[in-house]
Amino acid sequence: MENGKTFAEKILGVAAGREVRAGDVVTVYPDFCMSHENTSSICSTFSEIGAETVYDPDRIVVIFDHTVPPSTAAYANSHIKTREFIEKQHIRHFYDMDKKGGICHQIMCQEGFAAPGLITVGADSHTCTHGAMGSFSTGIGRSEMAAAWATGKLWLRVPESLKIEVSGRFRPGVVAKDLILTIAGDITASGADYMSIEYHGDGIANMSIAERMTLCNMGVELGAKNSVCKPDEKVFDYLKGKAKKEWRYIWADEGAEYRKTLYYNLDEIVPSLAMPGRVDNYAKITEFEGRRINQVFIGTCTNGRLEDLRVVNHILKGKTVRVRTIVQPASVEVFRKAISEGIVADLLDAGCVVEHPGCGPCIGVQGGVLGDGEVCVSTANRNFTGRMGSRSSEIILASPATAAACALAGAIADPRKLS
Amino acid sequence: MGVSGNAIVYGDNISTDLIYPGRYTYILLTKEQMAEHALEDLDPGFKDKDAHGCILVAGINFGCGSAREQAVKCLKEKGIRAIIAKSISRIYYRNCINEGLLPITCPEAVDEIRDGDKIEIDVDNGLVMVRNQKFCFPQYPAYVRNILDCGGLIASVRQELKQQNGGKDNASD
Repeated sequence: MENGKTFAEKILGVAAGREVRAGDVVTVYPDFCMSHENTSSICSTFSEIGAETVYDPDRIVVIFDHTVPPSTAAYANSHIKTREFIEKQHIRHFYDMDKKGGICHQIMCQEGFAAPGLITVGADSHTCTHGAMGSFSTGIGRSEMAAAWATGKLWLRVPESLKIEVSGRFRPGVVAKDLILTIAGDITASGADYMSIEYHGDGIANMSIAERMTLCNMGVELGAKNSVCKPDEKVFDYLKGKAKKEWRYIWADEGAEYRKTLYYNLDEIVPSLAMPGRVDNYAKITEFEGRRINQVFIGTCTNGRLEDLRVVNHILKGKTVRVRTIVQPASVEVFRKAISEGIVADLLDAGCVVEHPGCGPCIGVQGGVLGDGEVCVSTANRNFTGRMGSRSSEIILASPATAAACALAGAIADPRKLS
Repeated sequence: MGVSGNAIVYGDNISTDLIYPGRYTYILLTKEQMAEHALEDLDPGFKDKDAHGCILVAGINFGCGSAREQAVKCLKEKGIRAIIAKSISRIYYRNCINEGLLPITCPEAVDEIRDGDKIEIDVDNGLVMVRNQKFCFPQYPAYVRNILDCGGLIASVRQELKQQNGGKDNASD
């Protein structure tokens, strides 16, 4: 088809009620507006605007995850302020450290807020994760969220698109994280600036939703506005009885125009690392094998899902870790299933610390902060200087399989050698 | 609209973690308190600099990482009047507009600017002037320019709601 449209052009056109092309500016009414601990700050901004009630309380989703349970009185006070606002504004989609709780992006997908054809915005940069469900999802700031609460709408420039065509299957010991770290190394941390990343191909169809979430999660690390995988039966089945809103299938046309198209064959991907400082500081694991580390952290919105914990447990079960190893499931549901499957018991026996779901270590606020000069292998998405604690500490990003292999060795280790 | 000031120059890939560390992100601080932590993990000496009226100049991918808006607020409160970079990360760029802090992407100008240079910005014509040279930057779409002219998104939405409300302003300052 000639003059076909990209996913971004189609979905934003539907939302705007007119034909649009990359570069156009549209006004959209997002289906869901998500925020976390920053909600208390957004509440203050909301009152500065002069609106008394929110545009639609059912479009607002608030999920506590960044400071749970609170480790300081200031964090607890921030929670109190948010709860008061939730009650006053009759917001029913509120996840307050209860049995439905967890990391916000996990909850948005797990609980059916993100679905094909929907638009979700979040006051968190990793909102692009939701694109694994086929939604158009992007991060915004706090002022903008306050304005969206008040007016229901926001402006978006229709982005140009980057197409990534993926074929094949991963070899043993290699997972989705290795692919996204490879892409980051290839195109750099600003390689997809302002763009919509579309994932196509049988390589994506072969992946679980969890793997697609890992890919989409790190879109923002490449500068992207959103990331999206072609929604298929896996997504439709998952959403049965779960979707919070009626959704509709929207996908790019054949013949759509892309800024660039990249091709990856999963058979060629190898265990990969992002060395400290930058996500595009790429290295093959073989370049750094044996380098000593002080901590392993397995979890986050990138890699804290049940599928990830299974991979980790397969490697650690019956053995003992050599460095402190912190494991944090992405949600209570994931945690509960990991207990039922015996994973948590195995990981505790292997010497891991298993924590309640949340974001603490990844953002350096609690539950695994690094000291001076310490090196951590992390399954998270960011390795910026000082992010997990001391300015002189270092973060190396890796897959759950690699992180588990490193935990056993107390050093950088190749998971392929353990199978 | 015109802005002028002296350049404070930094490098590439400066993340919001470096501009405003995560350890302060989830506690409620005043703007003045935020300003005290501006660039704390990049340039601990910035705290004692008089940055009032200055223009921050940086390389590629400025403001990458977390969506935290304090990373814009803290610089604005410290007195920074505009940011000129080779490229600015998307959410940071949007947050700048929403906070009413001029975001300008102009790689050619950045290559020319040295620390302490006097810079003039002509917003209406999309020009950065430094060392007797002129560099163009893309003009803002009308919608965005309106937000900047209002001094930020909140002021602009407040104005919009006030008009809908027949002139009554319910805002609490």
